[in-house]
Amino acid sequence: MMTARDHGLLTCRSCGLLAEPQASSCKRCDSPLASRDTASLQHVWAWLVAGLIIYVPANLYPMLRTTQAFRSQESTIVGGVVDLVHHGAIAIAAIVFIASVVIPVGKFIVIAYLAVLLSQPGPKNAHRLHILYEAVEFIGRWSMIDVFVVAILVALVQFDVLASIQPGFAAACFALSVVFTMLSAQAFDPRMIWDATDEGAPHDA
Amino acid sequence: MVNDPHHIGCPNCDTVHRFSAQELTVPTRCARCGYRLTLGRKDAVLRVTMLALTSLVLMGLALFAPFLTLNAGPFESRASVIDVIFGFAEGIMVPLSFAVLFFIVIIPAMRSGLLIYALAPNLAGVAHAPLARPALRLAFTLKPWAMVEIFMVGVAVALVKLAGMATVDTGAAFWAFVLLVLVNAAQDAFMCRNTLWTTVGTPPS
Ligand SMILES: [Zn+2]
Repeated sequence: MMTARDHGLLTCRSCGLLAEPQASSCKRCDSPLASRDTASLQHVWAWLVAGLIIYVPANLYPMLRTTQAFRSQESTIVGGVVDLVHHGAIAIAAIVFIASVVIPVGKFIVIAYLAVLLSQPGPKNAHRLHILYEAVEFIGRWSMIDVFVVAILVALVQFDVLASIQPGFAAACFALSVVFTMLSAQAFDPRMIWDATDEGAPHDA
Repeated sequence: MVNDPHHIGCPNCDTVHRFSAQELTVPTRCARCGYRLTLGRKDAVLRVTMLALTSLVLMGLALFAPFLTLNAGPFESRASVIDVIFGFAEGIMVPLSFAVLFFIVIIPAMRSGLLIYALAPNLAGVAHAPLARPALRLAFTLKPWAMVEIFMVGVAVALVKLAGMATVDTGAAFWAFVLLVLVNAAQDAFMCRNTLWTTVGTPPS
């Protein structure tokens, strides 16, 4: 199979139209063109590190401060999951745990793994890497669930003395962490996954 | 091959595909990486425009109708979507309020507005709007940042968390949001890049 680069052409990543190698923007959709985004891995790392750093306070500070009958209680991300388990809401606890812990941590690992692998020469299994990349791009935004849960609880539970819920500092940190890792995943130029395979592995017809 | 809409480069892996006019009207995938190159909807422009209009109307309803009402003994509290958004609006949490406002209201509404702006003149058979191409490009770029469906999963989680301490009633805005999630999903199913770009990138005939 021939790539646009093999033909000496450029593919527009926005609309798919092919262009001359010296073209700087696409004739059909006006997007800027580049054969490969060579700086992309640096951007991936920069956003990933930012997301990782801000994920630390997101877990240490409280996500929610619940006041019920004059007693105030703070809960972190993991503490909120534990509370849900104590209330017997196992399925919901699982959703929150997956969205706030498993997905973000998984994302840090997978993005770092892809970035390390793509910066090294040698044959790779492009299909497997591509599935990882797609999964990271698709699933990352769902981490935002817990931030929305906090917003809804804060808006609804406002009975002054009886009970009230205040947002914690972690909610802002966590939202930023999700945004940074989304930008990190978007910074990948997926064509590099396929290039990396071609150089090391023999072509199949 | 250059600037010919029948030759498409895969935005994902750079492989060049040649499609006949008929092949462009059926769903096609990249033979190498499986990326969906065309969705093959002849009426894509009409459907996307209509669904974008519908989602703007629903968003208007969602903002001004009651969203959720919580009852606990003698206490009652109502929250509109605006209350949910500005539940954070204190001190260092203000930026988070703006982020939520963008994720669940401004970006989804902007996408609909941009699509109508870029595509409606074509349906009317008149010349494109002056910035139709950047508008359509922005509509594609914003897709991962429109999070109405994630917000609604957050609502479901919050309802379960509150189940023990209060009863929650859903208002019209809640159902407008449910419809909005469905309309946005349908719209994305018709967002065939090749069809939309062919429409907006070439002068009306
Ligand atoms: Zn491909």
